[in-house]
Amino acid sequence: MADRRRFEVLGELIIETVIRLCGISAIIFVFGIFFFVFREGSDFLFHQLNFVEFFTSPEWYPTSVSHKRYGVLALMAGTTSVTVLAMLIAVPFGLGAAIYISEFCSPRLKETFKIVIELLAAIPSVVWGFIGLTLMNELIIKLFNAPIGLTVLNGGIILALMSVPVIVSIGEDALKAVPDSYREAAEALGATRWQLTYKVLLPAAKNGLLAAVLLGVARAIGETMAVLMATGHAVKIPTSLLDSVRTLTATIAAELGESPVHSDHYQVLFIIGILLFSITFMVNLTADLIVKGIKNK
Amino acid sequence: MVTPGKTSGTLRFMTCVAAAMIMSLTACSKEGEKATAPASQKYVIQNTGSDTMVNLVQSWAERYAQLVPTVSVEVSGGGSGTGIAALINGTVDIANCSRQMEPAEIQKATQNTGKDPQKFVVGYDALAVYVHKDNPLDAISIDQLAEIYGEGGKYDKWSQLGVANKACDSDEIIRVSRQSNSGTYHYFREALLGNARDFRLGSRDLHGSKDVVELVGRTPCAIGYSGMGYASEAVKTLKIARKTGENAYSPNIEATLDGTYPIARPLYMYTLGPPTGEVRKYLEWIYSEAGQTIVKESGYVPVPEADRQAALARLGAAR
Repeated sequence: MADRRRFEVLGELIIETVIRLCGISAIIFVFGIFFFVFREGSDFLFHQLNFVEFFTSPEWYPTSVSHKRYGVLALMAGTTSVTVLAMLIAVPFGLGAAIYISEFCSPRLKETFKIVIELLAAIPSVVWGFIGLTLMNELIIKLFNAPIGLTVLNGGIILALMSVPVIVSIGEDALKAVPDSYREAAEALGATRWQLTYKVLLPAAKNGLLAAVLLGVARAIGETMAVLMATGHAVKIPTSLLDSVRTLTATIAAELGESPVHSDHYQVLFIIGILLFSITFMVNLTADLIVKGIKNK
Repeated sequence: MVTPGKTSGTLRFMTCVAAAMIMSLTACSKEGEKATAPASQKYVIQNTGSDTMVNLVQSWAERYAQLVPTVSVEVSGGGSGTGIAALINGTVDIANCSRQMEPAEIQKATQNTGKDPQKFVVGYDALAVYVHKDNPLDAISIDQLAEIYGEGGKYDKWSQLGVANKACDSDEIIRVSRQSNSGTYHYFREALLGNARDFRLGSRDLHGSKDVVELVGRTPCAIGYSGMGYASEAVKTLKIARKTGENAYSPNIEATLDGTYPIARPLYMYTLGPPTGEVRKYLEWIYSEAGQTIVKESGYVPVPEADRQAALARLGAAR
């Protein structure tokens, strides 16, 4: 009897330690990645980088022989334009789908929808990129009579399709978390379904829905492969939806492999990494703070 | 509440993926080092570099594997820069380059590995300029290309070149280029603009020789450059003149070797120190008539007879 007890205590201890290690490892990895990215770029960041040029010049000539210029304005404009367009499409669709799935559709349909949306989330980004490069390219050329279909529009639509599943599943969770008593109370007062959604559920779940949107944004900013293939990869500040652009992530993906280790170019690419890390960190932090807002209410 | 748990779950998942990626990266570099050592049964020659040469080098490797089953040549692309970086780190036996190594790179390789990189010209590539097959343009000059691709260039419409490109409604010249550290990009810039001038921004910078031809084939307004071995049905290869008004030449073997085709370049293989053992045998085979026939079959230009003999003599001297 005593033996068995000792065994149980020991087993518990081991499992507890393992689980604790798992929890801590997430933190270690995040800081490890941040440290690594920062270390690779820090030398150039502190000693040589011209911050004014870096943030305000659209001229990206990392391999010029006569005059190297590291300006990321056009790349930031590329990332921003594609992300904003993607969100303009994905937010209404994503939130609409979340509301429909959570409130309006029958339980059986709901299960089907959830499976299909999870399937959408599981499509690899390179497949999305491939669709952008071939199908969407020709479609945009035909529909808009554009000279080339690899554009902001193409990348934006692809990214929107990729972030919709994130927004739907987190948004739907947020709506589900609204207590049923709210719904019952609203219906008892004679509210229609639309009034219930608009006046009761949306205000009650607004923090969770905002978090869903912000995670969708983070997904869109961080996406690399699909935008590399779908946006045309041209260093240019876009003036219309039918311009080609290049994003920060795609630049790293395309150039890091061939830049000599620890060269200026290599370090600048890591500084772009730091920039991206900071942007997504801010977005995630905002999302987390908003979610905390729900708890405190 | 469900939402907070979901959020941190997503976060943790992302970090796990990142961690897994880092682990696999380190695993890869270790494998690269290990493979240079002779394997117990098969001798493995690591061969990395130029994207332009990858088809050619692959054909060599496949044919050589049939001839000499005890040796396996492992080929990967990635670009000349990748090959040179691997040579500097000492992780490859042969680096394929469509440009020469720069003095700084040679110095770095010598410092790192204690061996001098040895250069071998294994063939020539004429860089072809492609347009969509419906484009009526037949020939173009280097000056005109410089004004299309160069910073501050004056041509951005097909009509400015005197071309009525009917398939292209917007009349805009869509410049298709390569990512800024590919050997092809470097060579094309140097040939067009010298070292003082840069390309104009806003070109579509694709990531492979084949991608350029494919995009040009799909885009009536486009112009692009790539190795002449990548020509396809959907594109038209332009004749090129040194100056506007002079004779224009198609990229072919004669025009490349006698220097009348203006944008042709040697293709290099680099080894660390004079090649020995199986690597030397492989290079000797590449310089044999059988090896050079494959160059021709792959759409490139073989080394002239005198240079071929000289290279064989040089390899023999290292024996």
